[in-house]
Amino acid sequence: MIFSRNEIMPGVALNCLTGDKFKTSLFTVSLLSQLTREDASSDAAVVSVLSRGSSSYPDMEKLSARMEELYGSGVNPTVRKTGEIHSVGFASYFPDAKYLPSGESVTGDVISLTCEMLLNPVTRGGLLLPDYVEQEKTVLLDRIRSRINDKRTYAVSRCIEEMCAFEDYGVSSIGEEKQAESIYYTKLTKHFRKLLSESPIEIFFVGSEDPDEIACRLSESLFTLPRGNINTDIGTDVRMNSVEEAPRYTEEVLDVGQGKLSIGFRLGECMEERNVAAISLFNAIFGGTVTSKLFMNVREKLSLAYYASSFTDVAKGIMLVNSGIDSSNYEKARDEIFAQLEAVKRGEISDYEFSAARAGLSSSYRMVSDSPQSLEGFYFQRMLEGEDISPNDRIEDLMNVSKDDVVEVANSVVCDQIYFLKGTEGSDNE
Amino acid sequence: MNNMEHKDYTRIGEKVFSGVLPNGLRIKVIEKPEFVTGYAVFATRYGGAWRRFRLDGELIDTPAGIAHFLEHKMFDMPDGENALEVLAANGANPNAFTASDVTCYYFESTESFEENLRMLLKFVSTPYFTAETVQKEQGIIGQEIMMGEDSPGNRIYYNFLKLLYSSHPIRDEIAGTVESIAGITDQTLYDCHRVFYNPINMVLIVEGPVEAEKIYDIALETVTAECGTMPEADFGPDEGTVPHERFREEAMEVSLPQFLFGSKIKPEHGDLLLKQKLTATLSLNLLLGTSSGFYNGLYKKGLLNPGFGYDTDFSCDLGTIFIEGESRDPSAVFERFREAVKDVCENGIEESYFKRIKRALYGSLIKSLEDFEGVCLSLMDGMFSGYDPMISAQCLDSVMPGDCLDFIKENLSDDRLAMSVINPVKNGDAGNV
Repeated sequence: MIFSRNEIMPGVALNCLTGDKFKTSLFTVSLLSQLTREDASSDAAVVSVLSRGSSSYPDMEKLSARMEELYGSGVNPTVRKTGEIHSVGFASYFPDAKYLPSGESVTGDVISLTCEMLLNPVTRGGLLLPDYVEQEKTVLLDRIRSRINDKRTYAVSRCIEEMCAFEDYGVSSIGEEKQAESIYYTKLTKHFRKLLSESPIEIFFVGSEDPDEIACRLSESLFTLPRGNINTDIGTDVRMNSVEEAPRYTEEVLDVGQGKLSIGFRLGECMEERNVAAISLFNAIFGGTVTSKLFMNVREKLSLAYYASSFTDVAKGIMLVNSGIDSSNYEKARDEIFAQLEAVKRGEISDYEFSAARAGLSSSYRMVSDSPQSLEGFYFQRMLEGEDISPNDRIEDLMNVSKDDVVEVANSVVCDQIYFLKGTEGSDNE
Repeated sequence: MNNMEHKDYTRIGEKVFSGVLPNGLRIKVIEKPEFVTGYAVFATRYGGAWRRFRLDGELIDTPAGIAHFLEHKMFDMPDGENALEVLAANGANPNAFTASDVTCYYFESTESFEENLRMLLKFVSTPYFTAETVQKEQGIIGQEIMMGEDSPGNRIYYNFLKLLYSSHPIRDEIAGTVESIAGITDQTLYDCHRVFYNPINMVLIVEGPVEAEKIYDIALETVTAECGTMPEADFGPDEGTVPHERFREEAMEVSLPQFLFGSKIKPEHGDLLLKQKLTATLSLNLLLGTSSGFYNGLYKKGLLNPGFGYDTDFSCDLGTIFIEGESRDPSAVFERFREAVKDVCENGIEESYFKRIKRALYGSLIKSLEDFEGVCLSLMDGMFSGYDPMISAQCLDSVMPGDCLDFIKENLSDDRLAMSVINPVKNGDAGNV
């Protein structure tokens, strides 16, 4: 698949991954803005309301029916958070013309439909419909509140929320309850108009059609897109140090059997001139894989947890360690996690651990080219970070990382927050 | 010599190679030279519900959770290495899962695919357990079981199966309980491996930049066990189509009431099963899809949200329909569902609506071909159940509005439904258990 990128209108970029490898095409549109506590829920609500009805298809039945006619699964609202950049928009999958009975492409129709949803929502007196806004507000609030249902992801999001309480990164991609409660149709219409005219827009098409044809179709469909002062000053504030000298500790008790321990770290000074490959390798060796120190020791050797792993967000410069443990084992698990980090800091990395981590990462970059979704995801993130780099470049970078580079990253990492979701059972039984 | 025969599916642009080893292992391969990722799954027809089985006329009982326990322990190798680690260190992405009637071991990788495949076939064919490693695994699986107990999704699912089925083992947790797995020893694991991990009871499916003949040769060299006896599951007496019980609710830490309702259906076999599966999906899309009156009506009233969904499962001689979501008022959703069924039964299905829903399903069939894992697992299911999933598009053509109408009338009438609900814990309840 060949990558190309062109600015088709002021602040509107069309990214194409062109080739006939896939049977299904993917089309996405994303409006970018700064993630803030005030606006996160409104951003998310806008695309939900837009997917309720457009001028030609004024309700969900008619919109869904139109997508069904186009053999598609729907034009689905998307909300993504990359560092502190918020992206909201639409995504749709639909079959390539080769696999349609008529042999005629539906790409043009899907593009028109998506653009119509974006530009011409159903309105009354120029305002988004109060009913739709109120209903989507409820759906959004339900979603925000429902994070408690899955304790594993709940603990992760609570840890980030506490750690980044003073940063916008602490806000989830769909925002917070308090701000969502104040959503109102008049205000939301204003917010929508502002997003539409000021957001940089990233469009992706993964499929067999020629980029020029896609660009042509888009220019027609986006003809009425208002373009004001494009907000190009969108980015992520990277905090290198912990908020307080010692890690902050937050504990929450819920009626659950298994405790969840989540530990937040700042990647620290290595973010000043970050080496993404070295950071990824550090994470893979420490806790990102089944050959990592956390998996091998916390789970396999000490049987303390069913899962114990780490992940990093290199855009924000943080790392999270997550595990599910018996609440009575809190100290044992916490100490073991820190002990394993210390081991990496001391350079105790075997050749095996190093090459295993590198093999795993290289493989995951190679796999990017094998699905429309992962291609879109990879290049989308690269565009947000302003990097002109392919998956193969990433693999090359990995080959140039030494053990010393990894140790340097490890020594730059600072623990900032410990979050413990305590089960009521384990602690009582002790 | 050609050991693998192929079949072309021109409409969907696929070609599948099939072969059988002399010891009975069945193999399917899809060559995808334009991709870099290869996927392989080695599976046995043996899962959580196979607790009682018949072998050479003798009836054998085993503890709940043993198939899943065995899956965890298969990765240990006699030389002290762990296969999961070896594969991961080689750049592969390995994993395994245990369902109610299959256990699957799989990996995907972009380099050294053949080497990884040999490793997969070898470790799954080589049992190695000690009392010590079995004991250690009891700790890890104990945590996994605890995690499942805290999961509302898991709880609502098993509560629902317990409503539908009175004694079929599918109603019990695949992982077993902390008590039941305490009864597992290295010897029970060896016994179950011998019975179920025998080539006649297993399949290998590969998709990626590979050559079918080469895959056959590797399997022939690596899977050397002799052809054994096909074990037979004993799932107990036929449970009919009426639910054992109708309703069950429980309280947990959730934000809104969660519901799961549905029914059990009598599964067909072979090609008829494929048609039945497609008819079921199409019927549910017609009744409950995003352009249906049911969904939109409740959505506008604030009684359903985009988390609403539905699915079917056909395994262990059973068929089950699952309809689930969250709502402030699950019983209103349930009532509205009954009305929607009644409405279709009385007024039939509009031809143009049917055509449109069929188109969308065709689109999602094409999309599903993008996912190697999904393709390989559906081929596996087809091999164990005797149908060919690659003819789904043609088979879909043959489904008529009348088929869906009959399906809905037969399987979704009032007397066939059961509902499981998880309510939020009321203030003050927490911690008093």
